[in-house]
Amino acid sequence: MTTTEMMTLKTEPFVLNFGPVHPSTHGVYRMRATLDGEVVLDIEPVFGYLHRGIEKLAEERTFSGFVPLTDRLDYISSMSNNLGYCLSVEKLAGIEVPERAEYIRVIMAELQRLVNHAIAVGTFLNDCGAYMTPVVYMLREREKILDLFDMVCGQRLTYNYMRIGGVSQDIPDEFLPALRRLVNQMFFFIEEMERLLKQNEILLARTKGVGILSRETAINCSISGPVARGSGVKWDLRRADPYSIYDRFDFDIPTAEVGDCYDRYRIRIEEMRQSLHIIEQAMKQIPSGPVRADVPHLIRPPVGEAYAHIEAPKGELGFYLVSDNSIAPYRCHVRPTSLINLTALREMVRGWKVADLIVIFGSIDICLGEVDR
Amino acid sequence: MTIPDLVISKLPMQVTPADWPGGYWWHWLFFTVVLIIFVLCMVMGAIYIERRGMGRMQSRLGPNRTGPFGLLQPVADALKVLLKENIVPDAADKLVHWLAPIVAFVPVLLILTVIPFQNGALLADLNIGILFIVAVSSIATVGMFMAGWGSSNKYSLLGAMRNVAAVVSYEIPLVLAVVGVVLCAGSLSMNCIVLSQDIPYILLQPLGFLLFFMAACAEINRSPFDLTEADSEIVAGFHTEYSGMKFAMFYLVEYAEAIAFSAIITTLFLSGWRGPLLPPWLWFLIKTLIVFFAMVWTRTTLPRVRIDQLMALAWKFLFPLALINLFITAIQVLVWPDALPWTMVIINIVLMVVLVLLWSKFFKLGWGRVEV
Repeated sequence: MTTTEMMTLKTEPFVLNFGPVHPSTHGVYRMRATLDGEVVLDIEPVFGYLHRGIEKLAEERTFSGFVPLTDRLDYISSMSNNLGYCLSVEKLAGIEVPERAEYIRVIMAELQRLVNHAIAVGTFLNDCGAYMTPVVYMLREREKILDLFDMVCGQRLTYNYMRIGGVSQDIPDEFLPALRRLVNQMFFFIEEMERLLKQNEILLARTKGVGILSRETAINCSISGPVARGSGVKWDLRRADPYSIYDRFDFDIPTAEVGDCYDRYRIRIEEMRQSLHIIEQAMKQIPSGPVRADVPHLIRPPVGEAYAHIEAPKGELGFYLVSDNSIAPYRCHVRPTSLINLTALREMVRGWKVADLIVIFGSIDICLGEVDR
Repeated sequence: MTIPDLVISKLPMQVTPADWPGGYWWHWLFFTVVLIIFVLCMVMGAIYIERRGMGRMQSRLGPNRTGPFGLLQPVADALKVLLKENIVPDAADKLVHWLAPIVAFVPVLLILTVIPFQNGALLADLNIGILFIVAVSSIATVGMFMAGWGSSNKYSLLGAMRNVAAVVSYEIPLVLAVVGVVLCAGSLSMNCIVLSQDIPYILLQPLGFLLFFMAACAEINRSPFDLTEADSEIVAGFHTEYSGMKFAMFYLVEYAEAIAFSAIITTLFLSGWRGPLLPPWLWFLIKTLIVFFAMVWTRTTLPRVRIDQLMALAWKFLFPLALINLFITAIQVLVWPDALPWTMVIINIVLMVVLVLLWSKFFKLGWGRVEV
């Protein structure tokens, strides 16, 4: 053996297990990462630590009885889940929703988008290593929105607010003035966050060019939501396939070119602004009237199937329902945004460092309740 | 004038003998006790300042339940940690795992032995004080690497590897920044360095201060260079597998190191215990805590850099600037030894601004992707 051979250290890749209990897996996601030192060679996702069989549970419940369970899918944005499911049942049974209820639903869905993006950006920056500060500020703003949700439905996390054919109750009188105040505050808050973070040198170094998802890959993996728009896919169901009353509002769909973590972060901030614009318009247009169609509690939709999808904060959220004219769905399937967005993770992280793995993972913004269902 | 003459002429004449309060052994006993108490109290204070300060900066209250204003929170933390079960992983190298916290803690105490709390009030006025600090402070890394290796946990090992890489790289700009101060002071003794600071060296050596502060942050794993215990990536880094008293030791090391380096920065750049009106030891404490507060501030403000960016910063940014700083300082000391300090202050601050701006133009962080 020559001296050089003796001096050369042998190295080999090793497997590091991220999760299910790990500070940055946003729940109980688990990935088996193959590392070469700091470099990620490969990852293998392991799902199912939060599986509760929600799709199967739907078959055991009445159509209206499933609404509270949809809250538990993506528990960060329960209102959107409610909306997606109710739209699907309404499509299946052919139910008309009163005008006022539509507006209330839109306001709630957009507020929910604000909440979700606030959490997404906050935790993303936490993953970047900004120790707790941005996430605490974001949570502070989220609390204000949760106060509004509390006002309309008495809940702060699992709202169970929407009903088949409307919403459970009308908004109280003090809601709209409070919403007006909140919207004005939020504009300032977003500006403030922008000033703090947009040009931060370390943040740019950590996110610019990191974890690029190409436009082709995004389309091939059927990625949706801010992740797809960050890669330059101008696809927003509020425009592409307008549901509810989204065709009445004027708003932009922000897209970016590069498809790196920074772009995804920018898209979320822009979308928060656009949501505020939608809420402002909805507040101006909201009519008076009933908030719930006359729908029997044990609704029996005709035999058939329906798929309704909405632009949930994380992307396309779809509910596929099959009815056999009984009081329960024959089959319910959820198109989980987070799970499908996660499929591109492996493409994005290969060759990056461990630290980037966490940042890229955080930039996708998943919720484990939805991934495992 | 030859260089040795120059150095001797700059040596401060008034150095009180460091033998108070009495004989050799009494001196040793007294200062040992004082140092240990100082470290423990300062760590408690530091934890309180950090937690409350971070609370304020993060628009929350921070711990306020234990005692008035939450002042007893560090005590409660310490008690909790003491009562915790001590768990050693099955596969751990037991001896190394057990020894690591001690190996990490002792150097921090050793650093403080040569820091003057006021004129002559230090355990050992070594004439190579700062060299001693530089030598001893790296030993803590051995402890941390032992912890990472001995835990037989991959997170720990990654953290330990990062720590070794960071410390090895950042020692160089750290030492080079110190040399600038030593050139100005003409002595390696910490007490003499303080005595020679008629104006604080933060003004005479602004670039040196900047380099030293950044390198010190990396050396003691404070944010934004806290990759060793990057909680969002590798859980808790090298002390992932520690619990109970041994974890408390690492917690102690973390804050004691921060305090020790604050004290070093105070001594080297902020004229140590010198100051008007207040007693010297109080000045020393105030300045140390101000430096520590700056560390807390950066921690709450900045995201973390990546390991390759950390290395790039050390070798491409800090190292060349440290060399330039040393070069400029040497020329200044040689050519204009009697120049008015305040002219030098202005020249050096302008130089610092120009150099940092210029170098940040050259310095670009790579994209960091490896083809696999």
